[in-house]
Amino acid sequence: MQPFDYVKPKTLEEASALLLQHNGQARPFAGCTDLLIRIERGFLHPDVVVDIKALPGMREVAVQPDGHLRIGAAATMNQVALHPAVLERWPLLAEGCASVASYQLRNRATVGGNLCNASPAADSAPALLCYEAVAHIFGPAGQRSVPLEQFFLGPGKTVLERGELLTAITVPPPAPGAVGHFLKLGRTAVGDISVVSVAVLGWPDLGAPSGTSWHIALGAVAPTPIRAAEAERLLGQDASPAGVEAASRAAAAAARPIDDIRASAAYRTDMVRVLTRRGVERVLAEMRAS
Amino acid sequence: MRHEISFTVNGERYDITVQSHHTLLQVLREQLVLTGTKNGCSEGECGACTVLMDGEPVNSCLVLGVEADGHEIITVEGLATDGHLAPIQRTMVELGGTQCGFCTPGILIAAHALLQRNPNPSEQEIREGLVGNLCRCTGYMRIIAAVREAARLQQADTLN
Repeated sequence: MQPFDYVKPKTLEEASALLLQHNGQARPFAGCTDLLIRIERGFLHPDVVVDIKALPGMREVAVQPDGHLRIGAAATMNQVALHPAVLERWPLLAEGCASVASYQLRNRATVGGNLCNASPAADSAPALLCYEAVAHIFGPAGQRSVPLEQFFLGPGKTVLERGELLTAITVPPPAPGAVGHFLKLGRTAVGDISVVSVAVLGWPDLGAPSGTSWHIALGAVAPTPIRAAEAERLLGQDASPAGVEAASRAAAAAARPIDDIRASAAYRTDMVRVLTRRGVERVLAEMRAS
Repeated sequence: MRHEISFTVNGERYDITVQSHHTLLQVLREQLVLTGTKNGCSEGECGACTVLMDGEPVNSCLVLGVEADGHEIITVEGLATDGHLAPIQRTMVELGGTQCGFCTPGILIAAHALLQRNPNPSEQEIREGLVGNLCRCTGYMRIIAAVREAARLQQADTLN
């Protein structure tokens, strides 16, 4: 592997300054399950990697006094997937994080890294989009916060500017009675990257014509993870079997997938329809049962 | 850039100098000459390099050596205690869970860690727990049987 330096700053100011200094050749370093592979393969040639794991709050997962979940950007997938409060209140997120690769990889891979790499297939993203998570960023101009839906700009691209780093994700508590499921299609049943993923979150809502409101997010079928707004709207109108079918078709219509080594665009689009229908049916069945 | 690090490996303390860009796997194999841990894919897919870091399994090909500073590492060489093989080591031998042996150190570490966090895993849980460890010889059936048997042995040991 090409040599690089390693620094482990203790303050956000120091980390930001380091990222600015090296003319784009300093890379933030958390779990390094993506970064090291890209360096090894010669896609990236950093002068220095900036280990962000010692920065304040970076490794913590906790429910804040306002009831929002705060995930430090360098908290691992396992920390989130196995956290009792996440399992109880944000189970959709636990499902997404638990679906990533293998147990040992999830001990290193971080939620912040998953988001900052901005893969359309990032498995923590659909759940976080459904929960309307917010990304908190530190940089030369200070702190700023961006709704996660606006955080991704394209494959590998986020709103992060030079010298900025993601510090945390906050996740508001879901509506009372909310039920969520993450459906992931990989080439193997467990452990593979998503070919298509669909996260579905529904909750009772007397103000909606169908008595339910919905958030639906899709992974690996567009340049970024996306919400399927029209499908959400249709289910708010009608959650009967016909309504579910119409919403599933609307979700498929929202997908803009590509052909690649894992699947064709046509297959992905149709699987969005199937997974959305299955997800919504499961959520409805659980809402009825509770 | 070089870094002075102090860490323990298999209970023994090491104070060594490592290069920034050397992985924990390289440090273990090339500096400490603990060659039980294998380099398979170098990208966290195959699990041959799995070691315990503070009791939790990680792919040592995706950890920098410098990150081990202050931590406790267990490699396959450290699984046996006082000359006694760990249950999973015994059952892998007895049930023939190994052929060429290249994946075996990683499987032993991952299975050991699985049995620590889940002393009585179902077959599904064993399969999921070992999804990060590829074996190209055995077809996995005997490995799964060995993990199941190790769980039984461990529980019998606890009861006695």
